[in-house]
Amino acid sequence: MQAANWNWGIFFEQAPFGNVTYFSWLVDGFLTTAALSICAWILAFLLGSFFGILRTLPNKILSTIGALYVTIFRNIPLIVQFFIWYLAAPDLLPYKASVWFKSELDPNIQFFIISTCALGFFTGARVCEQVRSGIQALSHGQRYAALALGLTLPQTYRHVLLPNAYRIIIPPLTSEMLNMVKNSAVASTVGLIELTAQANRLLEFSGYAYESFIAVTAAYALLNFAVMRSMKVLENKMRLPSMNAGGKNV
Amino acid sequence: MFSIDWSIVQQSLPLLAQGAVVTLKITITAVALGMALGTLLAVARISVYAPLRWLSASYVNCFRSIPLVMVLLWFYLIVPQFLSSFLDLSPQTDIRLVSAVVAFTAFEAAYYAEIIRAGMRSVSGGQYSAALALGMTKSQTLVYVILPQAFRVMTPLLLTQGMILFQDTSLVYIIGLADFFRTASNIGKTTGYEIDMVLLAGSGYFVVCFCVSAAVTMVKKRLKL
Repeated sequence: MQAANWNWGIFFEQAPFGNVTYFSWLVDGFLTTAALSICAWILAFLLGSFFGILRTLPNKILSTIGALYVTIFRNIPLIVQFFIWYLAAPDLLPYKASVWFKSELDPNIQFFIISTCALGFFTGARVCEQVRSGIQALSHGQRYAALALGLTLPQTYRHVLLPNAYRIIIPPLTSEMLNMVKNSAVASTVGLIELTAQANRLLEFSGYAYESFIAVTAAYALLNFAVMRSMKVLENKMRLPSMNAGGKNV
Repeated sequence: MFSIDWSIVQQSLPLLAQGAVVTLKITITAVALGMALGTLLAVARISVYAPLRWLSASYVNCFRSIPLVMVLLWFYLIVPQFLSSFLDLSPQTDIRLVSAVVAFTAFEAAYYAEIIRAGMRSVSGGQYSAALALGMTKSQTLVYVILPQAFRVMTPLLLTQGMILFQDTSLVYIIGLADFFRTASNIGKTTGYEIDMVLLAGSGYFVVCFCVSAAVTMVKKRLKL
């Protein structure tokens, strides 16, 4: 492995097409990965919260539905899920919508939507497990006390259980978020031009393998660093004065 | 859609089996080597020599902050020449398989190191002191006292990580290695039943992982964890 002649100047050279530099390819990839991560996270958070709450409900059928969701989405590899979304999902839409999606929508937007769904549903299963364990980590007394005070079950979740549970699970959710940013690289297999796909393009057109890959790897590190910092800020902001480390004995 | 011709599946069974063998090869080698390397990294992390600790910590942090896809590409596109000269491979060996195995081993070692480190922490410090007081050397303490207990506690986590690794091996798709998923997808593309073959592959992974999950639950009960 010869550390050849570094040429970081390559990023300021003109790319073969479009009136842009290689650096702007990198920025494009970074923004796409960031946008995908944000959209997929919103979806994953909503799905995970919904099914996570289902899993802790006293109703047997509802909790089984939650468990089923987790079982399916956790036991199939992510790339297979991407392919299933890519190949099968558009056909499940009503006929007209399906035709519009496949033939009229900009392919980049198509890939973006497909990737968001695949990544969101996959990560949602993980978030679901965290939400469930967060709710179950609270002492049973809280649920009983709230119900005894005359709160309905939805009110108990809204005002007592969830605010506490979410605060506890911020650290594990952060690591799920970091995992998701990394998993977003799989989106390159269904045609989304995000960071990893840009790494391949950079390598192919510029020929500077080390420079391209180091830059892209650094971009992922940067994104992960941003996630970690902002979650730390969020955690500090949300901390209740009465909450010590565990949050169990509030 | 979903009206697969089962004779195609039947004809492609030998190919699929070959793919499954590749998947298992990568999984088993990477689990074994990754766990060995991970143990070394975890031990290095609690070493008295600061440079060893830093080295281990930076290795783990580095690999944990890069996507697996990127690691695979790094090893496949950037270092194969280096690999083949380093491991002294004959030109006939499938460089894809080797680079995939090396990539997975290097990547998983970082995750195993974290699991093993947590397991070693769960053994109380008193045992360490007691073993030393009994006149055991540090390495004896580690091998006969700390690690056996740590591994007992970690078994479910290690199994789960193995299952995640098994799922992740499907990512070798991007370097064009014909594992179970890639084979299924290729057969689907050539026969025109891509959706069905991908769904079939998905259910294959599902069955295996579902069984492993069930086994993990059983092991947890058995070990009373």
